[in-house]
Amino acid sequence: MSAASSWRQDRVNAWTYVLLVVLLIPFLFPLGWMFLSSLKTQVQNTAYPPVWIFTPTLGNYREVFQKNPFFTFTWNSMVVAAGSTGLALLLGLPGAYAIARFKRTGIALAILTARMAPGIGYLIPWFILFTKAKMIDTYSALILTHLIVALPLVLWVMIGFFEDVPGDLIEAARIDGCSHWAAFLRVALPLAKPGIVATGILSFIFSWNNFLFSLIIAGFKTRTLPIAVYSFLSYEEINWGGLTAAATIITLPVLVLALFVQKHIVRGLTFGALKG
Amino acid sequence: MSSGTGWSRFTDRHPVPVFTLPSVVVVAVLMVFPVLYTLYMSVHSWFASSLTSPEFVGLANFRRAFLDDERFRNALWLTVYFTGLATLLQLVLGVALALLLNRPFRGKGVVRSIFLLPMVATPVAIALVWMMMYNPTLGVMNYLVGLVGLGPYNWVSNAAIVVPALAVVDTWEWTPLITLITLAGLATLPLEPYESAVIDGASAAQMFWRITLPLLRPTIIVALLFRAIDCLKTFDIIYVMTQGGPGFASETLNVYTFQVGLFYFHIGYASSLLVILFALVLGVSLALIKVRRGSW
Repeated sequence: MSAASSWRQDRVNAWTYVLLVVLLIPFLFPLGWMFLSSLKTQVQNTAYPPVWIFTPTLGNYREVFQKNPFFTFTWNSMVVAAGSTGLALLLGLPGAYAIARFKRTGIALAILTARMAPGIGYLIPWFILFTKAKMIDTYSALILTHLIVALPLVLWVMIGFFEDVPGDLIEAARIDGCSHWAAFLRVALPLAKPGIVATGILSFIFSWNNFLFSLIIAGFKTRTLPIAVYSFLSYEEINWGGLTAAATIITLPVLVLALFVQKHIVRGLTFGALKG
Repeated sequence: MSSGTGWSRFTDRHPVPVFTLPSVVVVAVLMVFPVLYTLYMSVHSWFASSLTSPEFVGLANFRRAFLDDERFRNALWLTVYFTGLATLLQLVLGVALALLLNRPFRGKGVVRSIFLLPMVATPVAIALVWMMMYNPTLGVMNYLVGLVGLGPYNWVSNAAIVVPALAVVDTWEWTPLITLITLAGLATLPLEPYESAVIDGASAAQMFWRITLPLLRPTIIVALLFRAIDCLKTFDIIYVMTQGGPGFASETLNVYTFQVGLFYFHIGYASSLLVILFALVLGVSLALIKVRRGSW
């Protein structure tokens, strides 16, 4: 390559990077603004034009934890997300394995239809039933409703991961005398472990972020983080610093978890339809 | 390795039922019960109260929706408007971004990571920060559009632009999905058509319209399918930011159904609205699947 053409190449590269940064700023800005606002005082947050340079304060975070049972909300969110994810994996993993291995696509398609129905369609009947059973504001009711999202997700995403497990290995185990159950436990599960971790994290994120089901099913005792933040909004004067601090606290764990499973996120978000 | 227990022998004889039964039963209980309940209630009139029992009204709920309910027709139109606008915006932006990113550069991993953030961030938090940014008096959006000589706007408190303003939020959230899906599609494109096109002296634009776009069509349509389904059902962002307001200016079908069912507790009517919403989702899905198969 001549010097001139490599120089031209460098210039093209430089432009690519400038373009990239310009394109990425809009995607980062709202989350960055949320974080910045959480470090500002109320005066700085209500200033116009907006304040860009300021001395950060952690006062909003202190206030969020002091004025509200924020640890309880966090604990509630964790119980519900872990409970629904655990149950979904327990029930869904054998199912996804069998659907992948014995090619039962009919079952899979029926479950996919469930993804299309609006959430409120599931919510209203369950709300009425839980009201009658006096189960509103219990972990069990929340976990069950979150399972409506988690179980089909685990089934669909894991079908894809189990299909990636080489059939020869399962056959070999079977010839060695493994039962189907043993082949599943000792061969398929260990091989699909990265997929299981990714699916579990995705299911956890979906439950953690869930607004609609928790809004109706959670009461004061089991209030999850999104509902807590939503209820802050209805206070008389909006305290933007406190709100953005709360929003940052909710969002941060999800963003960190998502980075761990980034290779599989598209698969999860498209219900396993695309391996992205 | 065979343990030879009764359980193992039983699973070996009937592997499919044993493996799938737990999940199928739970899915059936969790989902089939609500579907049947909704279908039943959609032809009844019932306010959630223990004093009266549901009264069979036939198709009266549906007749009421389409003939007498101005608010329903408004919601139906807004659902179509919001979905059309949001999916179009994110489709064009998402594919354009993918084409720009589909070249070798360092830091691809970082770009991917940044793209994931809007999709996984908690919707309530997203709605909240956008509310703050859209605030007419202190919001940073008016400041930013003011820098290029536009505005100030009232954003989500202005009935005329609330739906586009909400579509922008959805677009911010989901353009990355389209981009990532399209990038995956671009990575699988064959090289031969491009090689022969170069030999034939085709321009870059010609190659894009004649080769890239047709080859990407199936991928793009799957992305579109997912986004259209979810846009039709968008709830969190709209409910937190506007609760369907100002007035009913952003009350989509899903938000309206929520109000009818869980605010007014008119379970029968809400159920028939749900049937209509599901029919809409199913209709759009089937249409897109048909387009994907190329029968249109």
